[in-house]
Amino acid sequence: MSGNKTRAEIIVITSGKGGVGKTTTTANIGVGLAMKDKKVALIDTDTGLRNLDLLLGLENRIMYDLVDVTEGRVPYKKALVPHKKFRNLFLLPTSQVKDKSSVNPEALMKLCDEMKSEFDYILIDCPAGIEQGFQTAIAGADCAIVVTMPEISAVRDADKIIGELGRADKDNIKLIVNRIRPQMVEQGDMLDMKDINDILSITCIGQVPDDEKVVTSTNRGEPVIMTEDSLAGRAYKNIVRRILGEDVEFMDLHKDTFLRRLKRAFGMN
Amino acid sequence: MFDALRKLFGSEKESSKQIAARRLQLVLVHDRASVSPEIMDKLREEIIGVISKYMDINRENMDISLANGDKDNSVALVANIPVSRMKHGK
Repeated sequence: MSGNKTRAEIIVITSGKGGVGKTTTTANIGVGLAMKDKKVALIDTDTGLRNLDLLLGLENRIMYDLVDVTEGRVPYKKALVPHKKFRNLFLLPTSQVKDKSSVNPEALMKLCDEMKSEFDYILIDCPAGIEQGFQTAIAGADCAIVVTMPEISAVRDADKIIGELGRADKDNIKLIVNRIRPQMVEQGDMLDMKDINDILSITCIGQVPDDEKVVTSTNRGEPVIMTEDSLAGRAYKNIVRRILGEDVEFMDLHKDTFLRRLKRAFGMN
Repeated sequence: MFDALRKLFGSEKESSKQIAARRLQLVLVHDRASVSPEIMDKLREEIIGVISKYMDINRENMDISLANGDKDNSVALVANIPVSRMKHGK
């Protein structure tokens, strides 16, 4: 995919429920793909609730937004904000003033078609919910990544989203389970990736632990994947490799505790 | 010895994770089938109507609900309808 004339794979990142880490996931996968020398565009479609710029540390560089582009005021290239460190990563920010209905599915599809020849990957950050904003975000996508977390309401909403994607004929769907707390899983108090996988029956491409480093890196505007020694960063790196088609084993999130060794010794684990 | 250990580690009791999985599985059966409570009520009444033609049933202890079927992602309508008396054929 690194020839002169590239055709981008368009991936929508969605979840149904808010607060599960959609935007964090978009930022990390975007940076991760750029670290692998891919040319990447991130489109924030959460109109009125601009956030992807903050996670990437680009909030002070925005001149134009998605609505300016879809309404024809500026060409998309003028609205793209290049990342400070990764020059092959670009953000098309959302509008902070308009409402969710100001971009329609046709306009976004047209834009993606126009951008396709310039990029290897186009990631679309979808708003929460299943209303028009969601329908717009998924319209032009080749595949979807559903982000969920080990909480019954988030899993239920993910199931709903998977159903909606199916109804829109988007059959290439992958799952990421975010914010796993290994210790609670260990104690039998939290669903793990396998449980959620069994319930939703969707191919899982990643499990990301709930890591304090995500908070500190967000504070700085540097996605956690840029941090060398974090568990969440490693998890995102694995996700990026899986997106690129590598077969990567899922990492063990659990520490090898005494209880675990004891359980294993008695064949209970 | 193993049983004692198992008890010690709490694997006898249903963990909150197992409860979550069970609740989710049940609620998703309904979500996926998109059967509203009104439709379930109507279905129940009509089933009672049909069966009552042939036998007396105990309405209080009957239970009709959707559940997970045997195969993955299959849905079963499970009805448990106690019969108090068969009606005599005419």
